[in-house]
Amino acid sequence: MSFVVPKESFNGKVLALDFGSGDKVLALGGESSLPFLSFEGQIPNRPVIAYEIQDCPPDDWPETVRNVYKEVSGDPVGWAKYCQDTLKAKAIALRLVSTHPDRGDRSAADASKIIKDVLAAINVPLIILGSNHIEKDATVLVAAAEAASGRNCIIGKAQEGNYKTIVAAALAHNHKLIAMSELDINLAKQLNILITQMGFDKEKLITDPMCSALGYGLEYTYSVMERIRLAGLAQNDATMQPPILGDVGMYVWKIKETVASETDVPDWGTLQERGIAWEAMTATAMVLAGTNLMIMRHPRAIETVGKTIDELTA
Amino acid sequence: MIIIGEKISVIAKKVREAMNARDPKPIQELALAQWKAGAYFIDVNIGPAEENGEDLMKWMVESIQQVVRAPLCLDTTNASALEAGLKAHNNEWGKALINSTSNDPERFGMLELAAKHNAEIIALTVGKGGLPADAEERCGIAAEIMARAAEFGVALEDIYLDPLILQVCTTQDQAMHSIKAIKMFQELNDPPMKTVVGLSNISNGVPKHLRSLLDRVYLTLLMYEGLTAAIANPLDKDLMDVMKTTEVFMNKTLYAHSYLEM
Repeated sequence: MSFVVPKESFNGKVLALDFGSGDKVLALGGESSLPFLSFEGQIPNRPVIAYEIQDCPPDDWPETVRNVYKEVSGDPVGWAKYCQDTLKAKAIALRLVSTHPDRGDRSAADASKIIKDVLAAINVPLIILGSNHIEKDATVLVAAAEAASGRNCIIGKAQEGNYKTIVAAALAHNHKLIAMSELDINLAKQLNILITQMGFDKEKLITDPMCSALGYGLEYTYSVMERIRLAGLAQNDATMQPPILGDVGMYVWKIKETVASETDVPDWGTLQERGIAWEAMTATAMVLAGTNLMIMRHPRAIETVGKTIDELTA
Repeated sequence: MIIIGEKISVIAKKVREAMNARDPKPIQELALAQWKAGAYFIDVNIGPAEENGEDLMKWMVESIQQVVRAPLCLDTTNASALEAGLKAHNNEWGKALINSTSNDPERFGMLELAAKHNAEIIALTVGKGGLPADAEERCGIAAEIMARAAEFGVALEDIYLDPLILQVCTTQDQAMHSIKAIKMFQELNDPPMKTVVGLSNISNGVPKHLRSLLDRVYLTLLMYEGLTAAIANPLDKDLMDVMKTTEVFMNKTLYAHSYLEM
């Protein structure tokens, strides 16, 4: 008897969106199968990896990843150009860290200026992230949406405590929006409902169920992402069909495995290799769970994950 | 859960008058309201329609599909009117559903129409004789209809078996027989047979203030046994809320605080 591959087909489909402008527009999502199971459905777009940059020098990043950017990270424009031109980034994520009240408390107007300067210098799509301070993001991201008007960016993250103003700004300036909740599929669904009830098109939404690093709760993130995908595909739950974001770098490059020196933990191998492997491994797990867009830091980790995606889509 | 919106029926005076006058507006409003409330199919019950049945059904189908992007459930005993409706039906949003065939030879023509026009069909598990006594008898009739459907070339996945709900106020013991039949029908095939009920039959003849309560509690019990679809009133918000809540408990939809609004 010949072997027949069991196939599952779904009624639901992940929503597709694009971001950026001109000939560098990138498309996300659109798949009707679980990740990489292209024999069961359509997978029109591969996962996208964006290089993370900041609006201030990355003093809190460990040396392994800080050193890569030491020549350029004093200036967000130069940093962005370096990612685009030298590292061949397909997308860039600008995190407005210095607007955080504890990290410099720079104004929304300052942030707007940086965004405009960065956008003037690059042509790849841009993701604009706040400092993850609920109140401050509500003003910073509103200004950011205006500053980036016409460039079809992704802005975020809108959370339960601040989504209203951020949604209105993304709507007014026609950007895509990241909706973030904290590792809880029911809250992720609820936030998507609340945002769409404001008249925001679900086809412009990206769900961030919150990332975590390998060894630090990755299995929770993986499980929530997987359940979101299954709700969208198998239950055809329209609120769970937006593409998924994995904000990988910021969760990886602070844990002790990426920071502890070789003198302190000689058994753990080279610090440099360890950090890169940790980010690549975490991101690979995210991709397998169904992530459509990832934000990462180390070029070699990004390259490694890109190759894995190549092999799985070949 | 598939809701077949039951409000467009010749029994309702407003609908009957609009049909006679060929005034599409009241009918379109009812279709749109039911669709927005979550109906998947819109039932179009024109009765026996002995005069101008073909023309009436065609006009109904076209008028309704002008305003809702949904498949229709065509409900008449007049086979030629039904065929006119099937020809006019736009399948872009799903196949039409024929209401209904049964084990009565007079209704076999409906199976032929389902095969010919690639429509789904409701099969009432009753024969020419009296009403079925229990779940086992309903299953026996279902099996006969399934065999007949195969002869006519109707796929089993296009059939919704209907146990025939009887009113609780006169035939109380039948309520449980029908629930059991829903469970047993599914076992007649793999993948399981689809099932449907005319929900409000359960509360026929009871005081008006009790009807919605009886309907929705009964719906929950039927859903628990795996009911696929119900001909019901989607404008009854209490009923729809109970349906959505049951779907949450059964893990068919993902819970969120606003689940009732979806």
